[in-house]
Amino acid sequence: MRRRLLIPLAASLALASSLAACSSEEGAGAEAGEKELTVLAAASLTETFTALGEEFEKTHDGVDVTFAFDSSATLAAQAVEGAPADVLATADLRTMDDAVAGGAIDGDPQTFATNVMTLVVPADNPAGISSFADLDKPGVDYVLCVETAPCGVVGAALIADGGITADPASLEVDVKAVLAKVASGEADAGLVYVTDATAAGADVVSIEIPGAETQLLEYPIGVLEQTGDDDLAAEFIELVLSDEGRRVLADAGFGAP
Amino acid sequence: MLVLPAVLAVAFLVVPLVALVAGTPWEDFWDRLRTEAVRDALALSAITSLATVGLCVLIGTPLSWVLARVVFPGRALVRALVVVPLVLPPVVAGVALVAALGRTGLIGSWLDESFGYRIPYTTAAVIIAHTFVALPFYVLAVEGVLRSNGARWDDVAATLGAGRWTTFRRVTLPLALPGLIAGCALAWARSLGEFGATITFAGNYPGTTQTLPSLIYSELQGDVEVARTISMVLLLASVLVLAGLRDRWLRVP
Repeated sequence: MRRRLLIPLAASLALASSLAACSSEEGAGAEAGEKELTVLAAASLTETFTALGEEFEKTHDGVDVTFAFDSSATLAAQAVEGAPADVLATADLRTMDDAVAGGAIDGDPQTFATNVMTLVVPADNPAGISSFADLDKPGVDYVLCVETAPCGVVGAALIADGGITADPASLEVDVKAVLAKVASGEADAGLVYVTDATAAGADVVSIEIPGAETQLLEYPIGVLEQTGDDDLAAEFIELVLSDEGRRVLADAGFGAP
Repeated sequence: MLVLPAVLAVAFLVVPLVALVAGTPWEDFWDRLRTEAVRDALALSAITSLATVGLCVLIGTPLSWVLARVVFPGRALVRALVVVPLVLPPVVAGVALVAALGRTGLIGSWLDESFGYRIPYTTAAVIIAHTFVALPFYVLAVEGVLRSNGARWDDVAATLGAGRWTTFRRVTLPLALPGLIAGCALAWARSLGEFGATITFAGNYPGTTQTLPSLIYSELQGDVEVARTISMVLLLASVLVLAGLRDRWLRVP
């Protein structure tokens, strides 16, 4: 008898809660139609900006934040071509300069984070590498980014500055490919950003590169000329620059500007 | 009713190629081909593609003969397995090669521990990757000819006192020559264009593992003009292969 009662009760509860979920979603959807914020951000910001976007939605009722994560050069070009978006955040000053020169940025962009390169080795460190100079040891296979990518330019400069004479075993197309080669143990070492090393967790071990900070990457953020809501875009940038934003970025390995 | 889609299909296939020809920076064509990076990649592609064809002939011809002439249990299965790389996405082929021959791979880790020999990042790795994807093309072409020739001439040679090896060398092979040549051309074209398996398994370094397609991919982020120039070279090579195979593919029955 009890069981008979329980089932319809549970069913109606489930129905009620799903209805409630529906209506609340609908409400958010209707309001989101009024306010939407689109952010173009460098691929290396995927985790941090997604977290900050959720934070922003929490504090701004009815605002829907959407992201497009891609390479900085691609995003800057899209911004110049008038892509419908409100904020642009890139992984280096050069690409932001391109966007500014193309008239896509309203006002001056601000630097909100920095990133440096680090040496990573597989967790079991098969080549026994303990310092940057060990890249020159015979039989060490290390990998870099190809020099047409920003990480390749910085990587090659650090190799030259460090007096490393051994050639890399391979030039990978982007920093994630370098990380994958090292994490899977297919390379003895590789040069990636500190944030990539942080994201890889226990798969890799980081070794500091002497003088890495001389090749600092600065991350600028700016409001796009074509934004429909200056204030909302500025508020998002405020969040990124706030203590809260600072904390999220620092957790991911980004340095302070 | 059928003409419009047909015209669309032709345009779909032809327009990008015409655009590539039109977009090629012809005025500096030779200058761009003479830069060190392009010369290295050209030389490496030439060496690796020819080595691939050689390797295909060496191991692919006996395999084709076995598949066409020898009846054994599981022949259909072996044949199917041999053809898998033909339809496999090249990058998957690269991942599979890493799993087998990579430094931490099934055979690769044993090679490294026992002999201190590592395959990735060497020109040999490029040739291995190319042969992996090109061999099925060669085997199918040669096996097809061996089958259609039939075993009759082999039997005649045998009744005249020729041994198995003599029959193979003096009768079977010469009769299968058109198939061998077509197989070589197909394997060469496949090797020349191979990208996914190469960059995944062998890596990308000028002079040792950076073939023409890898250089195109790298230069797309850098100097697009160079990328287009090399693409044009590969298009010309493809047309060359097609011209060589015109009797097979371009003849309208």
